[in-house]
Amino acid sequence: MSTLSLKVNGRSHTLEADPATPLLYVLSDDLGLRGPKFGCGLAQCGSCTVLVEGRAIRSCVTPVGSVAGAEVTTLEGLGTPDGPHPIQRAFVEEQAAQCGFCLNGVILTAKALLDQDPDATDEQIRQALSAVLCRCFAHVRILRAIKRYAREMAR
Amino acid sequence: MSEYPAARLAEQTLAAHARSALAGAGFSRRDFLRGSGALIVTFQAAGIPGTQPAGSSSAQGLGRPGAALDSWIAIAEDGTVTAYTGKCELGQGLYTAQAQLIAEELVVPLHRVTLVQCDTELTPDQGTTSGAQSHPANFNRSNLALAAATARGALVQLASERLGTPASRLEVKDGVVRVAADPSRAVSYGALVGGRKLNLALDPNAKRRQPRDWTVLGKPVPRLDLPAMAEGRFEFVHNVRLPGMLHGQVVRPPAVGATLLGVDERSARDVPGLVKVVVKKNFVGVVAEKPWQALRAATNLKVTWASGAALPRQRDFHDYLRQQRPTRDTLLVDSKDVEAKLAQSATVVKATYLHPYQMHGSLGSSCAVADVRSDQATIWSPTQGIHPHRNTVAMVLGLPPERVRVVFRMGSGCYGLNGAETVSYDAALLSQAVGKPVRVQLTRKDEMAWENFGAAFVVDQRIGLDEQGNIIAWDCETWSPTLGGRPGASTPGNVITGFLAGFEPAPFTPRSPAPDPESFNNSSNAVPSYVVGCVGARCEGTGGVESERVLAHAVRSPFWTGPLRSPQRLQNTFAHECFLDEVAQRVKADPVAYRLNHVRDPRLRDVLTAAARAASWETRPSPRPDLGPRGIAGGRGVACVLYEGDNGYCAMVAEVEVNQDTGDVMVKRLVVALDCGPVSNPDGLQNQIEGGALQGISRALREEVTWDDHQVTSIDWRTYRSLTLGYVAPVVESVLIDRPDAAATGAGETSITVVAPAIGNAIFDATGARVRQLPFTPERVKAALAARA
Repeated sequence: MSTLSLKVNGRSHTLEADPATPLLYVLSDDLGLRGPKFGCGLAQCGSCTVLVEGRAIRSCVTPVGSVAGAEVTTLEGLGTPDGPHPIQRAFVEEQAAQCGFCLNGVILTAKALLDQDPDATDEQIRQALSAVLCRCFAHVRILRAIKRYAREMAR
Repeated sequence: MSEYPAARLAEQTLAAHARSALAGAGFSRRDFLRGSGALIVTFQAAGIPGTQPAGSSSAQGLGRPGAALDSWIAIAEDGTVTAYTGKCELGQGLYTAQAQLIAEELVVPLHRVTLVQCDTELTPDQGTTSGAQSHPANFNRSNLALAAATARGALVQLASERLGTPASRLEVKDGVVRVAADPSRAVSYGALVGGRKLNLALDPNAKRRQPRDWTVLGKPVPRLDLPAMAEGRFEFVHNVRLPGMLHGQVVRPPAVGATLLGVDERSARDVPGLVKVVVKKNFVGVVAEKPWQALRAATNLKVTWASGAALPRQRDFHDYLRQQRPTRDTLLVDSKDVEAKLAQSATVVKATYLHPYQMHGSLGSSCAVADVRSDQATIWSPTQGIHPHRNTVAMVLGLPPERVRVVFRMGSGCYGLNGAETVSYDAALLSQAVGKPVRVQLTRKDEMAWENFGAAFVVDQRIGLDEQGNIIAWDCETWSPTLGGRPGASTPGNVITGFLAGFEPAPFTPRSPAPDPESFNNSSNAVPSYVVGCVGARCEGTGGVESERVLAHAVRSPFWTGPLRSPQRLQNTFAHECFLDEVAQRVKADPVAYRLNHVRDPRLRDVLTAAARAASWETRPSPRPDLGPRGIAGGRGVACVLYEGDNGYCAMVAEVEVNQDTGDVMVKRLVVALDCGPVSNPDGLQNQIEGGALQGISRALREEVTWDDHQVTSIDWRTYRSLTLGYVAPVVESVLIDRPDAAATGAGETSITVVAPAIGNAIFDATGARVRQLPFTPERVKAALAARA
């Protein structure tokens, strides 16, 4: 066990944890966050995605010790107390989900890509999502929501 | 979006009046009734003819002891509505559709309705949320809809007395009853209820709102739960946290059929946070303070097992199925003249179709939280059937069912019987062993290797044709393996944890030869759409072919099996719809026209025609006239079904491109025509059609459970191949045929049922190669291309 400092969604936390513990467990169990989810534990499905310094990473295989001091953002940290983030609104506008379990990985992966490259093509979006799963297969709506967000950003 | 009570759904809280009353009374509804004023409609779900899905009480898992819980709906003096339903949201949009139904029948704004779903202490026993029966159950067969209509009728009557105006001259809008000719004379529901407690019995003859008057139903209302999901506020079962909660993991056997020899508890002793190693017969698990510690303890724990019997070889598994004895045989139809008619036929066409085991493969592995004390237990579970589940949890724990409460919390999409039941038993057993709340989420491997797979299938088809190329006889014989299934109310051994803990699965009961059918039952779509479906004097099939026989053999499965979206219906429809095309090709007929020649049912004809029209179907036989041996070839295919024989009409046209050099199949376009009676939510329906269609592509092109000598080898997303979001999904165009005056049918399992045959037929149209085994992998497509005449 070590004492670790984490910055999550703009707040600092100090906690006792084995630095080898995957970040996911610290976020979902020690901090009680609902965004990042355990899907496979193997970095194959995207459910556990979080942003570290703006980059989408798989928290199920990322030791918490390796992100100490870095800025971690989860799905619930995208918006503000006043309202959801535009990419979250885009998913609601397009009704782009069924069970909703995939939304964490989908939204954060797409946001990280579009923040870096606002003009990403359909092909680049698909490439970024090529290791993200939606088993309800809401593919058509998901792509539509991502493109709606991209258009709104461009305005 | 803020007008919808998403947050309320996320917390599944009650309206304020109900919450305070219920909390103070230990969740007794009786005490709620003593609280503030309300109008309440009560009825026993099981007591009203027609409130349960016809003929499906066993499939719906009924039969638990004790009195049926009343179902009810309450209107408080503040005008808010709280309704209780036994059908739950699984990602299919049912929460929203049910809220729409109540708002419509009561004529109140949607945001005033709060739905409490699936809690054995609060909601009625409506069996399982499955089988595309859930919306029909509350839409057609009364329950919620009739309770709301009863309440509206009573409120209008109260208003008539209050306003001194005959009810016939009153109208209702937004929860206010007013005089039609003088809207200034009005009284709200809340004012009518006042501080009184009005308790009404359900009126089976209460007048339902007519579709032409609908203002909430029939509209593309956005999902009420989606904002919370998109913002990370939604409470999945995975997010349930209790004070003092510990974390468990299970240690499954290394091979199918392995039995426990011993557990070396010292081997995990050094893992920090370990609380207990739990062993019960062949069930092994660990409990730790933190989830990561539980995982490490489960990994470190040395467990020795006696290996099980060797598994049948995958390569010739379908032959193995055909040779299995004993069998359980079922005759679906038998006109007794099929062999004679085949012998008289000008041409006999034969083919065999093969389907693999496939899995639910939920994105989030299954999870449950259990709080088991010495004499009572509460389970937060993503089960599709809380009431039957309460019974089997009680059996696993050795508690009376009335001491167990099951609270539904949504899991990751399940598509049927995923690990929901089994993980709830895991959590219950581990919590019982430590006397504290325990949360279990399965590892990916434990989820995939041990779930109840959708069944493999072998389908032998024979058709006899007359001189003009008309079908005059259809013979179909199938083999499919079975082991376990939904636990229902009494069989926890139907899933792996129950079995490991000492319960047997439902016994396999051989039966051969099959008895003659007593009634027409096409719930598995074993009977093709093109035969008359006669049993005795009644003919309930959708087609015109009079000489018919369908014989199904169930055999023992080496793996657990259970319902996977469109169970058996998808496998049978694949075989029927591809074979129909093979016959059409033989007589050089257009596949749509040839279907229409043999289908009598007008609604099935309508979806077929509508899909063909929307796809600009070119009338000609398959394959296309300008076949080439190499390169990219495009083609189109069609398939249709009356789902479950009476539960939704669907036709699909698929357009594909086949790379004849690599065997890759690209699906370019899907056109779906669907008739599910009155459409409650067109956008929700479209979402289901799209998702079903694309899941159907994944199952048609990729998905197949694999195994070696002893164990399942499909244990993650590299070894069980699902299409990812990187897949270039085709456009899915939907034609919704709205039939406001018909009964509502299911709609969640129809489009997926016709995808594989539509694609298979399109591959043939493009290339002249017929692939008769799913999934259509590049290897199988190349083999079929090489075998072209």
